[in-house]
Amino acid sequence: MPARISRDDVSHVARLALLELTDDELERYTEQLGAILEHATDVEALDLADVAPLSHPLPVQNVFRDDEPGDALDREEVLGQAPAAESGRFRVPAILGEEP
Amino acid sequence: MNTTSTSGWETVIGLEVHAELATRTKLFSSARNHFGSEPNTNIDPVSLGLPGSLPVLNRKAVELAIRVGLALHCEIRPSVFARKNYFYPDMPKDFQISQYDQPIDLGGWLELPTGKRIGITRAHLEEDTGKNTHVGGSGRIGGAEYSLIDYNRAGVPLLEIVSEPDIRSADEAKAYVEELRSILVAIGASDGKMEEGSLRVDCNVSVRRPGEPFGTRCEIKNVNSLRSLGRAVEYETRRQIDLIEAGEKIRQETRHWDEQAGRTTAGRSKENSEDYRYFPEPDLVPVVPEAAWIEEIRAALPLLPADRRHRLAAAAGLVHTDQPVIVAVQRGLDGLAIDAIDAGADATRVLTHVEHNLAVDGAELLTGAVLAELVGMEMGGALTATQAKTVLAELVEAARAGAQGDPAAIAKAKGFEAMDDSAIDGAIAEVIAASSDEWERFKVGDAKERGKLTGFFVGRIMKATKGKADGKVVTAKLNALADGG
Repeated sequence: MPARISRDDVSHVARLALLELTDDELERYTEQLGAILEHATDVEALDLADVAPLSHPLPVQNVFRDDEPGDALDREEVLGQAPAAESGRFRVPAILGEEP
Repeated sequence: MNTTSTSGWETVIGLEVHAELATRTKLFSSARNHFGSEPNTNIDPVSLGLPGSLPVLNRKAVELAIRVGLALHCEIRPSVFARKNYFYPDMPKDFQISQYDQPIDLGGWLELPTGKRIGITRAHLEEDTGKNTHVGGSGRIGGAEYSLIDYNRAGVPLLEIVSEPDIRSADEAKAYVEELRSILVAIGASDGKMEEGSLRVDCNVSVRRPGEPFGTRCEIKNVNSLRSLGRAVEYETRRQIDLIEAGEKIRQETRHWDEQAGRTTAGRSKENSEDYRYFPEPDLVPVVPEAAWIEEIRAALPLLPADRRHRLAAAAGLVHTDQPVIVAVQRGLDGLAIDAIDAGADATRVLTHVEHNLAVDGAELLTGAVLAELVGMEMGGALTATQAKTVLAELVEAARAGAQGDPAAIAKAKGFEAMDDSAIDGAIAEVIAASSDEWERFKVGDAKERGKLTGFFVGRIMKATKGKADGKVVTAKLNALADGG
């Protein structure tokens, strides 16, 4: 049976998720993810031509709130919990690369 | 650069405009949506992506998105939010909530003042990101030592409005953004302030020989003004033509507009959208606007700029693409013009005043009746064009002070009383007698010579009448006299 997911796919997805995987882990996850995808083929076997895609499990739609301002968090308290802050802002290491 | 001609090439442009919606609070939480606050004062657990915080959708943001969709002739669709996953510190929960494959507004169009229609592919709701300030080095990303982040903007509702690749020049791109901005402002969906980032434009540019399939496009970011938009499109067009004519290929990539250097520089190669691993946002339910709500919003829409151009053109007996019509609507003075025309004023004269004499604050406070009265005096010969302009300025002053002035009273107070014919004739006779040499030359002169001397005589006669005579009347009388009248 052809593999449902390749080792390269897993390596790529791990990079997107900022995960560092060892060779052993790559091997193991490729196998495990393949098994999960294999399980999904059980669903593929069903005839779902007349079933609309479901984006949410609850039969609920249009949940809104009114456009009324609430209380803001206290800035000093929030910044006090950050690793670093400066001029009322969060300070982070130099950003590499451009904004997505 | 600038080495090749752009002739024989066609620029193809599609624009993505991000408009911040004019809500009081954020898209998914009750933190304030307000520009210019102290950094990190409009924040709450949702804006900061704190664990356990959950989004709840702002009804007003959905209403504004529907309003924009209707104004752009889109179909209003059931929509679903998705997570767009990426790591970047301006988005602390490591994903942006955005509508992806099921946007709220689908398939519409916008009419430019030229009458050309630009297709709207879609418009979808998403949350804005925080604002980074890069510190140290050159202040740009590359050499920065560290970055500072303000999350006031994180979670502000954005509507991303995507056009079809129907735009063909830098000027047309600017006209599209201007028209879109006036629509957004007219319907109260956004304040449209580009200088405050309320309206941000990404442009997709490619070039081709006319009639050929679309070329490879580049997406240009960091275009922050209409001027930048025009310059960026022109630069990118030439860059791509140069490359192709040198036998090279265009790479599909994101490019960054550098306003100071006046050029675009390469960014990342465009990654696949699969890399964002979109999936339906489990913490939000689908938005399915009821037909009654949509109709209620439609019924409350004001007339849009394009409708107003058509309406004014019909009232003035002009075409909706005529410049005075476009200008009157841009200035928001089309209602005034129509009222004045309805009150019997000459349409051409009314629009001339709107275009040339009413680009001032307070003009919108004038009533059509007063403007019609002024134009009536002018057309009847009681006021010269110059005098009418002066009276108009006084009328605007009065309107700003909360009163509608009386054109006849102002004219009288200024001493702008119509000169009767015999007084004008007398003044002309005096000036001719005092300048007999010039008068002889005027009498025998050809059109060119007369043209030169007309200024001489009119100037002296105006001086003699303290500016009360109508220049056009004087010129006609001079010619009639010279031709043996």
